Amino acid sequence: MKNVKKGWKEIPIGGVILEAGNASNYNTGDWRSQRPIWDEEKCIHCLLCYVYCPDASIDMEEEKMIGINYFYCKGCGICADICPKDAIELIPETKAIEAETKISERSG
Amino acid sequence: MVKKHVEVGTTAVAMAMRQINPDVVAAYPITPQTAIVQTFSQYVADGKVNTEFITVESEHSAMSACVGAAAAGTRVMTATSSAGLALMWEILSVASGLRMPITMINVNRALSAPINIHCDHSDSMGARDSGWIQIYSENSQEAYDNVIQAVRIAESEEVRLPVMVMLDGFIISHGIEEFKTLEDDEVRNFIGENKPKYSLLDIREPVTHGPLQLFDYYFETKRQQADAIYKSRSVIEEVSRQYEKLSGRSQPIIEKYFTDDAELMIIVLSSTAGTAKSVVNELRKDGLKVGLIKPRLFRPFPYFELAEALKNVKAVAVLDRSCSFGAQGGPLYIEIRSALYELVQKPLIKNYIYGLGGRDISLENIRSVYSDLEKIVKTGRVEKPVSYLGVRK
Repeated sequence: MKNVKKGWKEIPIGGVILEAGNASNYNTGDWRSQRPIWDEEKCIHCLLCYVYCPDASIDMEEEKMIGINYFYCKGCGICADICPKDAIELIPETKAIEAETKISERSG
Repeated sequence: MVKKHVEVGTTAVAMAMRQINPDVVAAYPITPQTAIVQTFSQYVADGKVNTEFITVESEHSAMSACVGAAAAGTRVMTATSSAGLALMWEILSVASGLRMPITMINVNRALSAPINIHCDHSDSMGARDSGWIQIYSENSQEAYDNVIQAVRIAESEEVRLPVMVMLDGFIISHGIEEFKTLEDDEVRNFIGENKPKYSLLDIREPVTHGPLQLFDYYFETKRQQADAIYKSRSVIEEVSRQYEKLSGRSQPIIEKYFTDDAELMIIVLSSTAGTAKSVVNELRKDGLKVGLIKPRLFRPFPYFELAEALKNVKAVAVLDRSCSFGAQGGPLYIEIRSALYELVQKPLIKNYIYGLGGRDISLENIRSVYSDLEKIVKTGRVEKPVSYLGVRK
């Protein structure tokens, strides 16, 4: 999901929010300097990371972890710290972006 | 029907508030404003208004309650002075940033220290960048008229900003003068029905006021605010025109007194303009080409109108009733000097700081300013750009 930021003539006055529940559109993921990488093979689905995550960045399906939501994840690292199996590793966001760019260049 | 009254200035303001009949007034007493809310609270007690009068523990709370009540969509008023305005400081920019159409009367009083209860403009000038529209009144009549117009200006769709109406502490607030009032119906029709833009109490259209905006949106919201106060100029002019039709009293953005052929000009806010006018009358009889300009607005600043009015003048004296410590001169002087920058032929300009802490400004003081201007024109230069008028050596 890409947020297109509005110009000053397009937003309501006084910074009011007219839409209920619009915090879900807020890309807090762009604050991140460290990126948690989930190793599915090591994960025992204890869901401690889900409980401890101060945002809502652990994606689940049928009581099992299925990944990390990078749109919201601010990279605080609590999940990696609390994981009893070291299934979550923090890497610098810049390295993660570099790796992604290389992949897209190769496939492009 | 026109009704004439002979009362103190605070009563003139309280009478305007009674006619406006605001939904909410939240205020804390402070000299010399106290008599406004004291008189008004009597109207509340006597059932002459339907206002919810909120007594609070400080001016910080007074302005906070005003913001909350305005966010709820009500018509809100308050009044303060000096230290009270200073204590509101944090919430002043909340009120303007949230675009709350609050009307506040500030009875100008010096800031401490030394502690002082008398008039100067250091309180409201200190709040000149708070995002409020600022209107200055020369006398009780203008204070009455400005308060009524302020409600219309603040609530207009294009503006939605808080408005501060000033009158000089004691000189006007506690001086007895004659003034005329409109009929209650005329005032109520003029200000019209309050139509809140985003009411917190409207459960059909839920809204959040005051959320966090960081580097992604704060700047856009402030850009909008700058546009709103810029555009308020034309709204203020239109409201004045309509008010003139109703009251017969003209209140232009800048009042020009014998300016057409004037070579020596004084520019001053509020009650001192009245003193200066009598000196102009006197010197005009002697054939001197003297004039006076009284800006009614300080925010938004009428820089275009002032530059236009000063383009053929030889020398200008700007009288400031406050000190901007460490600046190049008083707040009014700095603004006017800047307004003149675009002129090809600029008048000579001098600043006088006067009347701090209620120091009287006499006819003799004003005469001395005009005679200084004469000398400046003769020599073609301003030796001391900033002087202190009426201070002991």
